[in-house]
Amino acid sequence: MAEVKTYNYLLRQDDGKDYRELGEYRAAGGYKAVLKAVRLGPDAVIAEMKKASVRGRGGAGFPAGIKWGFVPKETDKPKYLVVNADEGEPGTFKDNYFLSHDPHRLIEGCIICSMALGIETCYIYIRGEFFEQIDTVTRAIEQCYEAGILGESVMRTDQKLDVYVHPGAGAYICGEETALLESLEGKPGQPRLKPPFPAVVGAFGCPTVINNVETLATVPLIVEHGADWFVGLGVERDGGSRICGVSGHVNNPGLFEVGVGANMRDIIYELAGGVSEGREIKAVIPGGSSCPVLTKDEIDVPLTVEGLKEVDSMLGTCGIIVIAEGTCVVKCLQRISHFYAHESCGQCTPCREGTGWVARIIDNIEAGRAKMSDLDLLLDVADSIGGNTICALGDAAELPVLSFVSKFREDFAEHIRQGCCPFDDQPLPRH
Amino acid sequence: MTLAFSDESDEEIARIMKRYPTRLAALIPTLWVAQHEFGTVTREVMELVATRLDLPTAKVITTATFYTMFNKKPVGRFHVQVCKNISCYLRRSDDVTAALKDAIGVGPGETTADGLFTLSEVECLAACGRAPAVQVNKTYHEWATPEGMRQLVADLRASVNAAPMPPPEAHDG
Ligand SMILES: Cc1cc2nc3c(=O)[nH]c(=O)nc-3n(C[C@H](O)[C@H](O)[C@H](O)COP(=O)(O)O)c2cc1C
Ligand code: FES
Repeated sequence: MAEVKTYNYLLRQDDGKDYRELGEYRAAGGYKAVLKAVRLGPDAVIAEMKKASVRGRGGAGFPAGIKWGFVPKETDKPKYLVVNADEGEPGTFKDNYFLSHDPHRLIEGCIICSMALGIETCYIYIRGEFFEQIDTVTRAIEQCYEAGILGESVMRTDQKLDVYVHPGAGAYICGEETALLESLEGKPGQPRLKPPFPAVVGAFGCPTVINNVETLATVPLIVEHGADWFVGLGVERDGGSRICGVSGHVNNPGLFEVGVGANMRDIIYELAGGVSEGREIKAVIPGGSSCPVLTKDEIDVPLTVEGLKEVDSMLGTCGIIVIAEGTCVVKCLQRISHFYAHESCGQCTPCREGTGWVARIIDNIEAGRAKMSDLDLLLDVADSIGGNTICALGDAAELPVLSFVSKFREDFAEHIRQGCCPFDDQPLPRH
Repeated sequence: MTLAFSDESDEEIARIMKRYPTRLAALIPTLWVAQHEFGTVTREVMELVATRLDLPTAKVITTATFYTMFNKKPVGRFHVQVCKNISCYLRRSDDVTAALKDAIGVGPGETTADGLFTLSEVECLAACGRAPAVQVNKTYHEWATPEGMRQLVADLRASVNAAPMPPPEAHDG
């Protein structure tokens, strides 16, 4: 087992400072990257972002620099930056860190992005449940207006920038970027067909960049230290360090900043303290609940977008969920499938009907009311959702089902054979 | 008495409207202002919001009913919400829900007769690394345990007995 190198470029929770305060943030070098970005100029900043190869941290892993490059330079319409702070994918809790403890890092990233792309208005869409985080970010924005960091002239430059917090109101689907735009515009969060992509037709019909909180939080680091330094923390075409969250059956759950490419197994055993009660690993969901589940033999992989593809899963949000031996995976899938059924926006029939049907079949299996043929029915129904919907929630609902059933088919079959849950007398680990 | 916004809310809504290029975009933040003032977003509240923003009532209803956090019916003064999703489930959130059910005296989805508590099971609160997670009104309680939650309910009850009833939403759990 190798020691895993951790960093505190993004994650500064242990240095005892209160970065919510503008003074503390600046004392640690905050907002200097804005001035450097001014010196470099927009084209050089975009070039650095491309070279830094930071992959979107909201789940899809799209290279941020390339996305920025899609925004038209010459347009008579206003352009917008919209921050995706809707964090809601089960197993994901990293953006919460910035919103709660380091909001200026996000705002600084927003300023640099806006300067590079000629944007004068930015909305930070924060999920409605984050009341305290909404207050924290709102206060940080107010401090910036008072200090001349936001407003008519950003840090005495001729850049104008307004940043507003837009609260959500309880709908996971609004994390999907086009549903988020609908929600920002005051409508139900129902995803739009793409193309057109938001970079061309986004908020209010205008060119719009949508980035995840953590993606934008990397921007000041890239500008300050340079793209080469950033890439060096990670791997080629997947640069930097990133925050991975480990939850579930581990002794030391939490957030860890590691270089992109760190080994997942080592993170679980070295950083997250290994599995609860010294048990073996039964399953690991690598990047939030929508990512295909892995068995204990499949977790010796580098945390990169490509590395997880190699084992037919996804890096997603880097939210690693560890499931210990002795746990009923049917119950786990039941939680996940009910979630997607509940959060389907209802727009596309395969998703609206399919997610509910899937959840009911799993309920029947778990309760011992299912027939063996229901297993194939389950796969069949799940398989008909993904690819037939406007947005990727359909795939998010399908992939866990296919992977859980194919990798743990015996567990599902045993429920059916015994007519009850064979794990009912095996308690979950205690902590 | 017909419903009306307080001056304070009215000013807040005016500020909100300035942030967006359309009136419709001000809708969700305005619904929050309304819920903060009136506690629920009833049909009457939706009509008030429609009038204030000069939007068709149907648009307001379509949006207000899509989002789960707008309370269409009254919730208790303490809305106790337990995350039941995967990471919390693995850390025994079901035990936490059972203890809360026992301490509060109603099950998930129900409100106590005195209007003090509503118990709900909710989806991921983005606090999975400190599971199980519980949210009481605006405040998160992480690493929740059955004993800790019983104590919390007792403390909340005691706080009400000690102090007169504040307006809805003003209490932060
Ligand atoms: C169903 C669904 C939910 C999503 N939820 C989130 C979310 O909560 N936060 C987020 O940043 N991205 C979420 N995404 C991804 C966004 O659509 C989008 O890819 C992301 O905001 C782009 O930012 P990035 O390139 O910086 O990652 C979700 C996608 C889908 C399909
Ligand atoms: S699963 Fe409970 S907070 Fe994420």
